[in-house]
Amino acid sequence: MSLREVYRQLNFFEQCRKNRIGLWQCPIFLFVLIGLIIIGTMLGIYFIANKYTQSPEMVALIILAVTAFLMVVGYSVVQGFNRLVEVNKMKSEFVSVASHQLRTPLTSLKWSLDMLLSGRLNDSWEYQLEQLKIAKENNQRMIDLVNDLLDVSRIEDNSLGLRPERVNLLDLVQNLISKYAFLAKASNVSLVLEAEEDLSADKWEIFVDPKRIKLAIDNLINNAVRYIHGGGMVKIRLKNNKNKSVRCEIEDNGVGVPKKEQKYIFQKFFRSQNIMKYQTEGTGLGLFIAKAVVEASGGKIGFQSQEGKGSTFWFELPIKSKT
Amino acid sequence: MKTILFIEDEPTLQKTVGQVLEQEDYEIKSALDGEIGLQLAKKEKPDLILLDLILPKLDGFRVLEELKKDEMTKNIPVIVLTNLESEADVERAMELGATTYLVKANYELEEVITKIKQVLSS
Repeated sequence: MSLREVYRQLNFFEQCRKNRIGLWQCPIFLFVLIGLIIIGTMLGIYFIANKYTQSPEMVALIILAVTAFLMVVGYSVVQGFNRLVEVNKMKSEFVSVASHQLRTPLTSLKWSLDMLLSGRLNDSWEYQLEQLKIAKENNQRMIDLVNDLLDVSRIEDNSLGLRPERVNLLDLVQNLISKYAFLAKASNVSLVLEAEEDLSADKWEIFVDPKRIKLAIDNLINNAVRYIHGGGMVKIRLKNNKNKSVRCEIEDNGVGVPKKEQKYIFQKFFRSQNIMKYQTEGTGLGLFIAKAVVEASGGKIGFQSQEGKGSTFWFELPIKSKT
Repeated sequence: MKTILFIEDEPTLQKTVGQVLEQEDYEIKSALDGEIGLQLAKKEKPDLILLDLILPKLDGFRVLEELKKDEMTKNIPVIVLTNLESEADVERAMELGATTYLVKANYELEEVITKIKQVLSS
C-alpha cells in the first residue's frame, strides 16, 4: 500500500462525502470518534482517580456518563450503516431500471436488423426502408438514454462540472423556441413567448452554465409540447424579479399530472401514468436532470398542475450583480 | 388461417413482429395496452396470445390472470414476450398459466417465430 493510499483510507471526510452521508452518520468517522473518546476518558480517569482517591463515586459517575454518550454514538453508527445499505440498494435498483430501459430500444433495433438480414423483405424496398427507420429511431433513443444516464451519474457524484458564464436567458429561450417550432407545428401546438416590455439585454443576464441550463429548459419545453394531445398552447413567460432573479414559467394545457403522482415527479425514472396512456416517448430522467441543474446553479424549480387542465413548470435563477 | 393476438406497448415491435407473422400467413390482431388486449382476447378468441408484461393500464400478469379465469379464454396458449427476466417474474407468469416465457433481448426474431409455430402446432 502506498503512502497515498494509506492517507486516502484515513481521510474519512473524503470517504463520507463520497458515500453522500453526513459526518455524524458516517461509520468511519464515528469509529474514530469513539476511539478518541475512550482514550481521552481513560487518561482523564487516571488523573482524577490519582488526585481524588477519597471519592470513587466521582470516577464512577464519569465512566457512566461517557458510556451513555458512547451508546448514543453507537446508535448513530448503526443508523449510518443502514443508510449505506439504503444507498447501495438504490444504486442497484437504478442499474436494473436503467438496463430495462435500454433493453427496449435494443430489442427493437435487434429485431429490425434480424428482419433485414433474414431476406424476408428482399422484394419490398418500402418495407426495408421502414425497418431501417425503426432501427435508426431506436438507435437515437439509446443515445439519448445513455446521455441522460451519464448526466444522472454526474449529478449523483456531484461532478456535474458546471462552467458558468454570462448568459442572456431571453436569447436562450428564443433559441429553444425556434428549435421546437417544427415539432410544435406538427403536433398542432402554438408556442408563445411572453416577456416583459423592457427587453434590454441586462435584465435577463444570469451567470450559469449555458449548455446545462439549456438542456434543463429544453426538457421542460419538450415535456410541455409532448403532453398536449390533439393540439393546444404552450406559453413561456419570463419575469424579472426586481433585478434579483429571473423567473421562467412554461405553461401548457396538456394532460396534467394526477394529484397522487405529483410528489414523485422529479424522481429518477418516474414516468407519469399519462405517458402510458398517451404513448409519449421519454427516458423518465428529464425532470430529475432539470431540477439538479437548476439547483446546482443556485436556483429553484417547481410546478403546479391539474389533471386534464395542464401544468405550469417554473424555475428561478439569481441575477449575479455585475463584477 | 390462425389468428394471433399481440399485446405489446412498443409500436415498433408491433410492426416488425406483425410483418413477419403476416408473411407466415397468420392473422394478426394487435393491442397497445392490457385493457384493450383483454377485450380483444375475449372478442376474437385468437389461437395464440403474445403478451408483454409491462403494459399500460393493465399489466401483463393481470391480463394473464383474467385470461385464465375466463372459461372462454383459459385454453388459449399464452407466450410471454418481455424484457423482464428475474426469476420471480418468470415463476409468477408460469404459475399463472403461461405456456412459454421468452426474454426478448435474448432471442433472435426467427427463434421467436419458431417458438410460435411450435406452440401453435402442439
